[in-house]
Amino acid sequence: MEIFGRRDSDRKLCSDIKYAQGAGMEIYMKRTIITVVGKDTVGIIAKVCTYLAENSINILDISQTIVQGYFNMMMIVDTNGCGKQFGDMADELTALGEKIGVVIKCQKEEIFDSMHRI
Amino acid sequence: MINLYEVTETNKMIEKENLDVRTITLGISLLDCIDSDLQKLNDKIYNKIYEAAKDLVKTGEEISREFGIPIVNKRISVTPIALVGSATCKTIEDFASIAKTLDKVAHAVGVNFIGGYSALVCKGMTPADELLIRSIPLALSTTERVCSSVNLGSTKTGINMDAVKLMGEIIHSTAEYTKEDDSLGCAKLVVFCNAPDDNPFMAGAFHGVTEADKIINVGVSGPGVVKTALEKVRGENFEVLCETIKKTAFKVTRVGQLVAKEASARLNVPFGIVDLSLAPTPAIGDSVADILCEIGLEHAGAPGTTAALALLNDQVKKGGVMASSYVGGLSGAFIPVSEDQGMIDAVRAGALTLEKLEAMTCVCSVGLDMIAIPGDTKATTISGIIADEMAIGMVNQKTTAVRVIPVIGKGVGETVEFGGLLGYAPIMPVNSFSCDAFVNRGGRIPAPIHSFKN
Repeated sequence: MEIFGRRDSDRKLCSDIKYAQGAGMEIYMKRTIITVVGKDTVGIIAKVCTYLAENSINILDISQTIVQGYFNMMMIVDTNGCGKQFGDMADELTALGEKIGVVIKCQKEEIFDSMHRI
Repeated sequence: MINLYEVTETNKMIEKENLDVRTITLGISLLDCIDSDLQKLNDKIYNKIYEAAKDLVKTGEEISREFGIPIVNKRISVTPIALVGSATCKTIEDFASIAKTLDKVAHAVGVNFIGGYSALVCKGMTPADELLIRSIPLALSTTERVCSSVNLGSTKTGINMDAVKLMGEIIHSTAEYTKEDDSLGCAKLVVFCNAPDDNPFMAGAFHGVTEADKIINVGVSGPGVVKTALEKVRGENFEVLCETIKKTAFKVTRVGQLVAKEASARLNVPFGIVDLSLAPTPAIGDSVADILCEIGLEHAGAPGTTAALALLNDQVKKGGVMASSYVGGLSGAFIPVSEDQGMIDAVRAGALTLEKLEAMTCVCSVGLDMIAIPGDTKATTISGIIADEMAIGMVNQKTTAVRVIPVIGKGVGETVEFGGLLGYAPIMPVNSFSCDAFVNRGGRIPAPIHSFKN
């Protein structure tokens, strides 16, 4: 994770930046949730992870279940190191999903945080 | 951190249960556009709205993409035009020219409705107010995206019965002017008691004079989400029922809060409120009436409907208030007939009448909404219906409204099709006994005793 330095305390809310504190330094992460849903086949995780690695997207957490042959995976990723715009990344992952035969969605983490945390 | 179950739940709500943000409405004050020259006034209005709203649609689409949540409508509300045009408009056509400007700029920025062609006359009408009101049929028949509203009463001021009488005539006239389109003009016209200054929903949205120069208000919606949640607690007692509605309303409102804060930051416009309303659409699975059925009624309109709606409305508010830093607008359950498939079915089955709808308006957040009535309904009868709703709102210290559509040339049993989000509706019978002598009395009904709180 890169260190960007201090921000003014009256900065505007910015959805790109997730404010996190660790070891006395202020660190910024851009956390995105990537969901992959579809019929289970060999190589889904490998192909998605290859794309992420090629684009310097760091995986923070993975959960995955297979129910009645259906593959359902969620990855929490940090897009700090990725130079691409959110929209481009989302489009590329959607296209990758179509190639593999699954549906890949990208959503910024805040929507889940806001609904499921007080 | 968020877990897979929560992510799946959210995305299921979005994809299968019609969870969406119903509207982002940008409220814009036009008070600084007031001018005694009509052309200058129209130019200033156009320029101000264009500058403020040119990125609204694009921003809404970006937010929608990044969070994966549909933002169905982007809209604008403005200062009541009766105030804005009062220094310069001398004829109906003068006011209607402002409506044309609003329509033109709405097309230019890409919003689907612009509200605020309005007058606030709950105590009395100025000449400008009356002129704007009389221009409504022309304005709504010569524009596409302009919405109009008139506030006719309030708990503090009583009911302006002169304006109520006039509005019965205006609604009828608007129906006539737009009769080629099944009187669609009336679907863009609503009369209020206790109108809120910050309602983001159409047709009643306007930017009240108590508001800042520009504001972002968001209306959420999720009748489908609430219904699905209630399917899991079928047969349980009222405590479980109410808790389920409350928790679901919390989640739905949180989505609106997030979107509102994002839009506010990106457009550099202060965040106003989240309107936590359950607003149905004609889409399958997006019905408030279906929630009432899930609560335990055979059809909306059966005995128990008013109680069921009261509890639904209350729990939505309780859950939503915790979820948002500022709540406002109408905030509650909507019961528009043409926009709710379950309501349409209930009318068709004979379970839901106008009288029952009137009872339901006592406990929910709007009034008689999107109701098609016979085209030969007298203007005084429409005024009587309005007066009833105004009284309910005035005495119960709540917002009520009337948006009825007298469909010229059609009668009970026929159907009128408005299209899109406005839906379609079977024409409902109206009690045809006369209230002419009542409506023709003139003057004001005074404010109720309990409004004297000082």
